[in-house]
Amino acid sequence: MVCALKHAYNALMNDVHTLSPEHILVCPQCDAAYILARPKTGERAVCTRCHTVLIRNKHEAGIQIIALSLAIAILIVAATFFPFLTINAAGATNSASLLDAALAFSDGPLMILSLTTAALIVVVPFVRVILTVYVLSPIVLNRTPARGAMGAFRLSEALRPWSMVEIFALGCAVALIKISDLADVSFGSAFWMFAVLVFLVVIQDNLICRWSIWDSLETPKKS
Amino acid sequence: MGLAGDTQEILSAKDIGVIACTRCTRAWPAGTTTCGRCGASIKLNNNKSLQRVWALWLAGLMCYVPANMYPMLQTRTLLQVQQDTIVGGAIELVHHDAIGIAVVILLASVVIPLGKFIAIAFLAISVTKRSSMSNHQRQLLFEIVEAIGRWSMIDIFVVAIMSSLVQLDTLAAINPGIASLFFALSVIFTMLSAQAFDTKMIWDTSHERQGTTEHD
Repeated sequence: MVCALKHAYNALMNDVHTLSPEHILVCPQCDAAYILARPKTGERAVCTRCHTVLIRNKHEAGIQIIALSLAIAILIVAATFFPFLTINAAGATNSASLLDAALAFSDGPLMILSLTTAALIVVVPFVRVILTVYVLSPIVLNRTPARGAMGAFRLSEALRPWSMVEIFALGCAVALIKISDLADVSFGSAFWMFAVLVFLVVIQDNLICRWSIWDSLETPKKS
Repeated sequence: MGLAGDTQEILSAKDIGVIACTRCTRAWPAGTTTCGRCGASIKLNNNKSLQRVWALWLAGLMCYVPANMYPMLQTRTLLQVQQDTIVGGAIELVHHDAIGIAVVILLASVVIPLGKFIAIAFLAISVTKRSSMSNHQRQLLFEIVEAIGRWSMIDIFVVAIMSSLVQLDTLAAINPGIASLFFALSVIFTMLSAQAFDTKMIWDTSHERQGTTEHD
């Protein structure tokens, strides 16, 4: 269901001065201005110019996001320390955890790369889910937003492109095939945790409606 | 149920004297510099934004050259030590009949980065000059660049996984080469360059020359 949005043009025809900025909805992609209409549960508000989804009102999305976030946090911690992959060639064995993979570039100038990789596949995803829980919990419970919730959500949004677990997962597949003619590779427990983790991250990210969260942070306890 | 919107009727925030926060999209009267809701500083879509795009684009391109010239991976086995560049590694894979993987590596490390450089440059030029591509197509192009650009990082992760895993003392060892650093930097700079590009510019300039391009 799509919620109808009125173009700001219509309002301008009537009276521009009664229209305060808080009643205007602006498309973040193409800058089209609309008169704010809140979609009912299950509805979406879509920009008629560039078709970006502006508001998505899903039933019980908040509690689902929190549940998924907690699951992701636990999986990240577990997948980081348990053995991820093990190889075996002519009697020699070696297993690596996610942390080992992240810290593979540890000599000399490549050290920076180690820290970057660790950040992209472990730290950033972990920080993002923690921030999400911190911001969303009071909103879902209809309490006043947590202290610094605005800043926390802003940071979480800025970090979004830098969370690369799904890319790392495909990297695993490529590395596995490359190594497989050099040695026998077997999966550790962390590998399966990571596989589940990737799915949860994608689902969680699609549930989040940015506009609704900002709106709730600005005008708490409205429901 | 959406309005049968004629594109002519859609006004941009700029036209009605408001500016939207680039982080949380809250609208403010034009001239506001800091968002009163989320505290982010509000970007104006002016030349400064384009300068950032070009500076980061150039930095990314400069890192991409050594990333392809130096070895990405050093493989040491009992018999030999082999150093592979990105393209060299992909050719090696073809010799081992792993054509699918070679295609993935070439796509992620050569086609996508080069395509991204061209796409960002094209978009940055298109907002200052008249473009043959419609606004919708350019918006789509930008969204593709943003969505796919991150995937170039895959080669770095492959190197990381392989070099942490294949450490079998005398038997075989794989170590990362210096090109991995340059490649990662190149990906990071191009991602930042794409982020610095304000998509509103695509729709804004077309509005100014509305008389010439009636429909988009």
